This record gives sequence, structure tokens and C-alpha cells, in this order.
Amino acid sequence: MQCKGGGMAKDYTQMWSNIGLNLKAHDGLMAVLGDAYKNIYLAQKNRPRGMDYFDFVISEVHGLRIEEIVNAKESGKKVVGTFCVYVPEELVLAAGGVCIGLCAGADVGADEAEKFVPRNTCALIKAFLGFKLAGLCPYVELTDLIVGETTCDGKKKAYEIFDEITKKVYVMELPHKKGDDGRKMWRNEIKRFADKLEALTGNKITPETLLEASKIVNAKRKALQRLSALRAADPAPISGLDALLISQVSFYDDPVRFTAKTNELCDELEARIKEETGVAAKGRPRLLISGSPMAIPNWKLHAIIEGNGATVVGEESCVGERNFRTLLDENFSSVEQGIDKLSERSLTVDCACFTPNNERLDNIVEMTKRLNAHGVIHYALQFCTPYMMEAYKAKKAVDDMKVPFLRIETDYSMEDMGQLTTRIGAFLEMIQTRVNA
Amino acid sequence: LIVAGIDIGSRYIKFVLTEEGSLISAEKRETGHDPLNTCRDLIAGKTSIKPERIVATGYGRYLLEVHGNIPTITEIKAVARGAKAVFSSCRTIVDIGGQDTKVIALDDCGMVTGFEMNDRCAAGTGKFLEIMARTLGYSIEEFGNVCYCRPPGLGSTIKINSMCTVFAESEVVGLIAKGIPRDEIAAAIHDSIAGRVMSLIRRVGTDDDVIFAGGCARNACLALSLSEKLNKKIHIGETPEMLAALGAALYAAS
Repeated sequence: MQCKGGGMAKDYTQMWSNIGLNLKAHDGLMAVLGDAYKNIYLAQKNRPRGMDYFDFVISEVHGLRIEEIVNAKESGKKVVGTFCVYVPEELVLAAGGVCIGLCAGADVGADEAEKFVPRNTCALIKAFLGFKLAGLCPYVELTDLIVGETTCDGKKKAYEIFDEITKKVYVMELPHKKGDDGRKMWRNEIKRFADKLEALTGNKITPETLLEASKIVNAKRKALQRLSALRAADPAPISGLDALLISQVSFYDDPVRFTAKTNELCDELEARIKEETGVAAKGRPRLLISGSPMAIPNWKLHAIIEGNGATVVGEESCVGERNFRTLLDENFSSVEQGIDKLSERSLTVDCACFTPNNERLDNIVEMTKRLNAHGVIHYALQFCTPYMMEAYKAKKAVDDMKVPFLRIETDYSMEDMGQLTTRIGAFLEMIQTRVNA
Repeated sequence: LIVAGIDIGSRYIKFVLTEEGSLISAEKRETGHDPLNTCRDLIAGKTSIKPERIVATGYGRYLLEVHGNIPTITEIKAVARGAKAVFSSCRTIVDIGGQDTKVIALDDCGMVTGFEMNDRCAAGTGKFLEIMARTLGYSIEEFGNVCYCRPPGLGSTIKINSMCTVFAESEVVGLIAKGIPRDEIAAAIHDSIAGRVMSLIRRVGTDDDVIFAGGCARNACLALSLSEKLNKKIHIGETPEMLAALGAALYAAS
């Protein structure tokens, strides 16, 4: 039997067919993804050996991991899909569920999506609709519940449509101010979500299961924090592309295994730093990326930057530090207390949908300094109004440090590669002149 | 030391030869569908003068990097160097080419300190002007001089609101159908492009002197409209489209 798509170890056609994927289109997607991965990832030089695991995970992105989830479902577990870091993964695990961050990072099914949403909709929203409508995402198909949230107007309205299509969307109402009323409301929303999960799974969330879940998710956050800290070294021990990939994989891999593998990689990176081994020579320009999330397989900006002689050393993003910057306080003895802590933790996340959102500016400044970045690229998905707007304040904060700043608005398509390459190239030339001076 | 700069733009390839910083020759050809061979022709030249080093820039620069092992710089860095060489007092460059518009800020020494560039859309660039000229039945040269029929500072009485090439063309067709004279429509098109460029200029700032570079700097109407909107003199050299190629040559020399 011929191997299908991206060099997977075995033939999953039957499984995909059972799940209800569009097999022909799916084969096409896997082939494109496999090629892109080869050209962008496997072609990199001086990669740490610990990336082998993540290469394997990607090669099995719709294979082994899906098989694991199918098996989990067969054993009675429920699968909960999410789109946002405000949705507490701990509760899903505490209720005995599997939590999956759903994919929305490729220009897939846009034609289908545009039957429901305007053309001027951000690429991420079009993609989550498109993946479902084109029958290409096994994760969506395997979910028992899809959790939306009111982060932005586009997502909020798109979830209504997504519910019409999937009949399994549940929306959490996220406040847009972090005052007392907003905090109370969000605490209630988390409680309501806990009740929903108990009803869905038939399992009671107990202080013990919540604590165990918290330890699992905190351990994952700590591993990601550790990885992030190691990127401060010069030469950077790992490429931005690889670090971004790990961040992306953290949303759908088994959390315990992911944590172990990320820590193994970090051990290797620590050794590399001691030997001053990096992905490129010392003194290479270093950039911080700040802005909209980059869902898998959105590698566009990192690929351009690292293909033009610089290294990305951090992501101030939901697929990045916003996801793991703060740990959950495990000091609770009842579920109600745990819910208080969950609510407090998630409201430390500095999404541009909040007003005011000055914490984000502080975090951009802090990351620029901590990671020794020479420049900041503000990345907004086109039509992602909160981040497009906040670019103005981000620029001011970065200007005040006298660090070069470049504002980019783009989507998943390749049509602006020429312009982006010129803009990023000129930005790097500007930085190089400063680094040399 | 004889060196060359080659600027592979979306519409034209520009080739400049210099010796010890002085210009020997400058030539341009349409980019067409086979830019690599056009580049090779230009580099081979008509005379026995052969450059010892070449630097490539422009949209198609990677073509030469891959096929000719020629080092590249972006057109932003290149045009900054070229403009500084021709106008030593240059602090701001407005560069409008075939498919890109760039506004570049320089420090005293001519180093790039910031820039803005249009994103994917070619609105308000040379390609847009070509399409509008064709819609109105002008040659590109006539089109760029059409504003001389209106008193300076008066502005056009009609407005083109759309900046998308496709929609602007429909808007122009609509105005023609209303019986508006084509020179008025042409003036309005130039004003609307200048307005669009102004939004990039406002982000970067306009320290004096302001240099207008790129093929569109040959368009007198656009230059007039920009100068009026900026309320200051803008400087245009004899061959504004050659500045990036010249800058590349100067980098090749150093």
C-alpha cells in the first residue's frame, strides 16, 4: 500500500474516510503541506536534534495524533475544540476531556467560506470555516464541543454561522475591559463552562482532578517558558521557525508527551548555548514578532525573515508568550476557588480585544529587552482590526526604546511575497547598519 | 574600477555603469517576459567595457542572485544611496515605480531611518497610471503633461474616490459617460494618486530636501500635485528612474 500524504508511516485512508473527510482534497492538502514543510523546515541548517520529534508530529499531523484521539473517543472521552487561549484547557482535562486547539492557519476553502462571510474577513476566520466546509480538518470532525469566544466581532458572528454548520458550538462571553464587572462576568462564564463540560462528559470536576489538570498544563507552560528564555542567547540555539512550530504543536499534541519532548529539546539547547552553537553565526540580526496569532501551518513571516538573514527570537502572540506567560496559581482547595484562579489567570492575557491594553505594550518592551531583539515587526492579519489598530501604540512603545519597528498587514496568500520580501529586506538592511555601527 | 548596478523593476530593467563613482552609461529596457536574458544582454553591453563587480536590486533581484551569483540589495537601500549621491541634501525620498510606492526617510549621512511602502495593491503606482491613460486614450507622455491646462493650486473639480485599479477604471468610465472632459478626469486621477501617496508620506515625515524618484517622477502632473499637497518644492533629477540602479552601482564599488 502506497503511503499517503507527507510521508506518513501508515495508510490512514480508512480512518479519514470514517471521520468523513473529503479524501481527494485531503490528499492534495497533505501533499502541499508535506512539500511546504520540506522546503521551509527540513531545508534549515544547524537544527537541534530534538526537532526530530516535532518533525515526526507534523508528518503525522492528521495521522497518529488523530488515531490517538479516535481511540480516546472510543474509550468514552469527549473531545473539545478551542480557538483561543482564554478558554481554560485545565477545565477540559479536569472533566476527563481531550482539548485541541483547532487549526486555522492555511488558505483553505476560502471560496466555500465566502459563501457565508464577506471577502473582507480575516484569514483565520475564513480558514476555520474553510477547513470545515472543505472537509479537510479531522480535528473539527472529531470534536464533541467547539468552544468559541467573543474576542472580536468577526469571530463572534462567524461562530453563529459555524454553529449552523456544525451544531456543536458553545460561546464564552469574554469581557473587553478588565474592571470589577468584567472580572465577575468572566468568572461566571468559566463556571458556566465547567458546568457545560460536566454535562458533556458526565464527569464531575473535583478539586483533585482540577489540580492534576493544572499541574499538566502548568508543566507545559513552564517548558514553553524555558524554551522562550533560551532564545535570548546569541547565537540563538534554535530558529524562530522551529520555536514557532513548537508553539503551534502545543495546541494539539498530547500535553504530557509534548512537555517531556520540549524539555528534552531544551536540555539540548542549553548544551548548545554552552558550546556557543547556534542556528547561525553570532551577531545575526534578531527580531521580535508581535501581533496576531500564527496558527499552524502559517509560517509565512518567519520563513521570509529567516530566509533573508535574520533570526526570529520571540513571538509576542497568542501562538507565543501570551499563551504561556503566566502560570495558574495551584493554591486552591475547592473547585470554586480553582475557578477563581482560572479566571484571574486568563485575564492576565493581553489580547488587543481589551481596552485599555497597556500590559501588552509593557510586554513588548520587556520581551524586546529580554530577548535582545534588534527590531520589532508588528504582524497583523489583514482585517484583524484590534491588532491593526494597536500597531499605532505598539510603534510608539518601540520607538521610545529607539528600536526599529516595521508594521506588516498580510494574510495567508502568497501574492504579496515580493512586496513583503522587499520591506523586510530593507528593514534588515537598516538594522544591519545599526548593528555594525 | 568599473562597476555596474542593475535594477530589475516590474516594468523596466535599468542598468548603470560607473567608474570611480562617475557615471559612464545608463540604459533601460522593458522587463517583458524574459528578464533574465534582458539582464544578460544589458550586462554584456555593446562595447568592450565590462564591469568588475555588479550589484542587483529591484523586484527581480533574486533572479540574478540565483542565476548569476550576483549580490543583491533592496531597492530601498539602493535608491537611498543613489538619491544621496545626486542630491547631497536629500532627507526624504518619494519613489513611485511600476508597482510600488515607497517613502523613505534618511539621516544626515544618507542612512535609511524609516520607510513606508504600499502593500500588495498596486493602486497609485505606474501600472495604475498606464491603465488610466489607456482608458482615456492618452499616450503615457501626454497623460503626464495634461495638468498644464489647469491653473496651479486650483486642483481638479471632480474627484476619483476609488484607489483600486479595477474600481477606479469603472469610476473613470462613469465620468466619461457623464460627458466630463478627459483632461479634467486625468487631473483628478493624478490628484487622487498624490493624495494616496500623502498618507504614506505623513507616516514617515518630510524633512527637506524631498526627492521624487522612480519612473513616475517623469510625470509632471503628479509632481505638481504632490508638490502642492506637500506645500514644498520637490526635487527631480534628469533620470529619476535610474537612481536605484546608480545606488546599486555605488554599493558595487564599495
